[in-house]
Amino acid sequence: MDDYILEMRRITKTFPGVAALQDVELAVRRGEIHAICGENGAGKSTLMKVLSGVYPSGSYEGEIRFDGAPVDFRGIRDSESRGIVIIHQELALVPYLSIAENIFLGNERRGRSGLIDWNRTNAEAAELLASVGLHENPVTPVVQLGVGKQQLVEIAKALSKKVKLLILDEPTAALNDVDSAHLLDLMRRLREQGITCIMISHKLNEITSIADSTTVLRDGRTVERLDVTAGEVTQERIIRGMVGRDLNSFYPDRVCAPGEEVLRIEDWTVRHPTQDRLVVDGASLDVRAGEVVGIAGLMGAGRTELAMSVFGRSYGRDISGRLYMHGKEIRARTVAEAISNGIAYATEDRKRFGLNLIDNIRSNVSSAGLRRLARFGWVDDNEETRVAETSRRDMNIKAPSVMSVVGKLSGGNQQKVVLSKWLFTDPDVLILDEPTRGIDVGAKYEIYTIVNRLVADGKAVIIISSELPELLGMCDRIYTLSAGRITGVVPVGEATQEKLMELMAKDKEPVG
Amino acid sequence: MTSTKPSSAEKSTESAPAAALHAGTSDPRTLILNNLRQSGIFVALVVIVALFAFLTDGLSLSPGNITNIVLQYSYILVLAIGMVIVIIGGHIDLSVGSVVALTGAVSAVVVIRQGQPWWVGVLAALAVGLAVGAWHGFWVAYVGIPAFIVTLAGMLLFRGLTLRVLDNISLSPFPTEYNQIAAGFLNGLLGGDGFDAFTLLIGGIAVAGYVVSCFRTRVARIRYQQPVESFVLFVARMALVGGVVMWFAWQLAHARGLPIVLIILAALVLVYGLLTRRTVFGRQVYAIGGNLSAAMLSGVKVRTVNFWIFVNMGFLSAVAGIIFSSRSNGAQPAAGNMFELDAIAAAFIGGAAVTGGVGTVVGAMVGGLIMAVMSNGMQIMGVDQSMQSVVKGLVLLVAVAFDVYNKRRAAGASR
Repeated sequence: MDDYILEMRRITKTFPGVAALQDVELAVRRGEIHAICGENGAGKSTLMKVLSGVYPSGSYEGEIRFDGAPVDFRGIRDSESRGIVIIHQELALVPYLSIAENIFLGNERRGRSGLIDWNRTNAEAAELLASVGLHENPVTPVVQLGVGKQQLVEIAKALSKKVKLLILDEPTAALNDVDSAHLLDLMRRLREQGITCIMISHKLNEITSIADSTTVLRDGRTVERLDVTAGEVTQERIIRGMVGRDLNSFYPDRVCAPGEEVLRIEDWTVRHPTQDRLVVDGASLDVRAGEVVGIAGLMGAGRTELAMSVFGRSYGRDISGRLYMHGKEIRARTVAEAISNGIAYATEDRKRFGLNLIDNIRSNVSSAGLRRLARFGWVDDNEETRVAETSRRDMNIKAPSVMSVVGKLSGGNQQKVVLSKWLFTDPDVLILDEPTRGIDVGAKYEIYTIVNRLVADGKAVIIISSELPELLGMCDRIYTLSAGRITGVVPVGEATQEKLMELMAKDKEPVG
Repeated sequence: MTSTKPSSAEKSTESAPAAALHAGTSDPRTLILNNLRQSGIFVALVVIVALFAFLTDGLSLSPGNITNIVLQYSYILVLAIGMVIVIIGGHIDLSVGSVVALTGAVSAVVVIRQGQPWWVGVLAALAVGLAVGAWHGFWVAYVGIPAFIVTLAGMLLFRGLTLRVLDNISLSPFPTEYNQIAAGFLNGLLGGDGFDAFTLLIGGIAVAGYVVSCFRTRVARIRYQQPVESFVLFVARMALVGGVVMWFAWQLAHARGLPIVLIILAALVLVYGLLTRRTVFGRQVYAIGGNLSAAMLSGVKVRTVNFWIFVNMGFLSAVAGIIFSSRSNGAQPAAGNMFELDAIAAAFIGGAAVTGGVGTVVGAMVGGLIMAVMSNGMQIMGVDQSMQSVVKGLVLLVAVAFDVYNKRRAAGASR
């Protein structure tokens, strides 16, 4: 008889018109790492909101047993008092408060007078930081930490609440490989200390490497519960459960037939906007028509900075170097100039930099190429609707209409809107920065298919990605970037993850 | 680079006007729910109009009083047009009251003190308004100081300049021509027995124009295979709008005729309604307010757009300043005090969002009318000034609370 710390039985949660969860079953053994996977919209987040009391007891049907007893949480405070802590994908730390203040926020360490006991606060914070392996002074403001370290602060905060069941929503989505590996190690250590973890993740290699068991959700239903430790659970096996069909391959096939050179960057150098250091140092690269070129690099290597500085100097200062389109030197000193020269850049952070989330699909699709729809400054809105409808159909954007608000779409569909927007500017070269971050396997495959369609049409594509398998699966050539310098260019036939990692880690001393 | 113009839409086999008679949904529930945000405010206006008609024994709907409401609040509505654009762009303008005073004062100095013709005063006021707008635009767009600070400074600065321009005294009266801008009527151009036929004609033209434009939109939407309301509902909507406009014209025709300010206001609403919805500039304002970074990375020249938003606000402040000085037949050092707050309130009651990216000119107009009808109604009833202020404050709060509630509900429904 297994010892289950958590059992959720026949959970059904309906919103007006939609059943978000239908008879979902979730059982988590004490002291294991349990992964929940499923495509976006499968109901993972809803299930976790039910569990943590965000949707209070009574607003759903079904039974939750925690630690052997039925529970009915009326709010987050209820669930936290029982030792269930959820760490959301969007970290919820207050940037200008110190690490210690963040850890004990709402749970302050007070002295007898009722005032905050700072010595105790900072001392306990230091202990917690040590236990998660974060070597920072507890009085450091959180804003000075990178995402990876902030994640650790969140976990330290959870530990301060005497957590029994820790829920991590996409914990490594925003982390680079090194930070991800560190986080996974920490999860293993927590497991040894007897803390149960639920992890929601799209990264199947992480699931197979760390999880003990996994529950697969699809369309608000439990598809299956797989024991990973029992072996025989491959990534393909999980994907089949998630999408309900076999994906022949992660990456659709494509014939590589590069044509003329489209974009060439020469001796590109960019200084950090506020600090006195070079973030891109003498980088040169080129991309041809019908070719997909990858840029690999660790976080902080200057990948996004390189792309954004090329794209109308939207990052950095003291930019020097030359840009050539089709062999002719161009000036792209503003985003508008870059766009009119046929360059498009789809950002890594679509919510912050890519989309107007409160506006509809139509406005977002037309926003970068609005002038194409306008005569003497007047927009032809019927034509605009038609363009958006065409995109919705071609890109398979799942939304009731082009007037649907973009903020309500799933990540994959939002990304398709971003791509539609850039395709409408009719670019010759598309720079895609982390094009599949935070989107599910099915949508990833669709995005890859779209990219292949574009290069078949003779566009040039540059993909920046933290996921090496993605670069290896999609690109024809891969540039490696380290500390702002191009450290190598490898044809995909000769590239392996190990070789790329080696080049990415080369020359890591800061330059300039 | 190559530029491919998207090919024109496929023609549907059915002739479009014929299709217009059939296609569409008539489920009023869907339509009302879909447009709750918009329709809610219209309903609120109707309720408030009805309430005060009841409370004042119909006095608030008398021809004379309706004319009064138009004359009394026109300048607030003009300001609200500019303000809602500023707010959509994610800014605020606290200076418009002072700018109204300054432009009126400059006009008064030019016309009254220096004896120039009336139109020189108008041009001078507009020039000052544009200059003030450019000043604000420069600091907001090119220096990057938040509009709250820039226009707070402007509020003090331009109030001070008003006092200097006027040497701390009031100037009056304006010559008749200038006075006609706000107090004048187009009356008796076509005769009529006991009413003004010209006013009715203009009303009729307005209704006809509205119907034609709506019908054309409908036909175009059907040709592009967009959902439309059922034909019955379409006719009902046309009849309702037409009825209200003609009733309004009828009332005006039985009072003093068509106020010149109403023509100015109607023209501004029409132009700015189109400007915000249908021009590249207007759409970029929404884009900037909705997500500044995304707009910037989409090639929107954010600085330029922000600059012109404020130049435009300065221009409309000058228009309001001219109307106000004309109506009060002179310039006072304290003119326009607190106008900014009325204009801001009108925009927010009309559904604009504090965070930017949301709002409509028509919404702001309805919001302004709600305030106008309430103030006017309470004045007729002899409600104390202090209570009027309390009621206005509460209405603003309730309107925005309703909006927030609505948004949360919408967000909840979509999970």
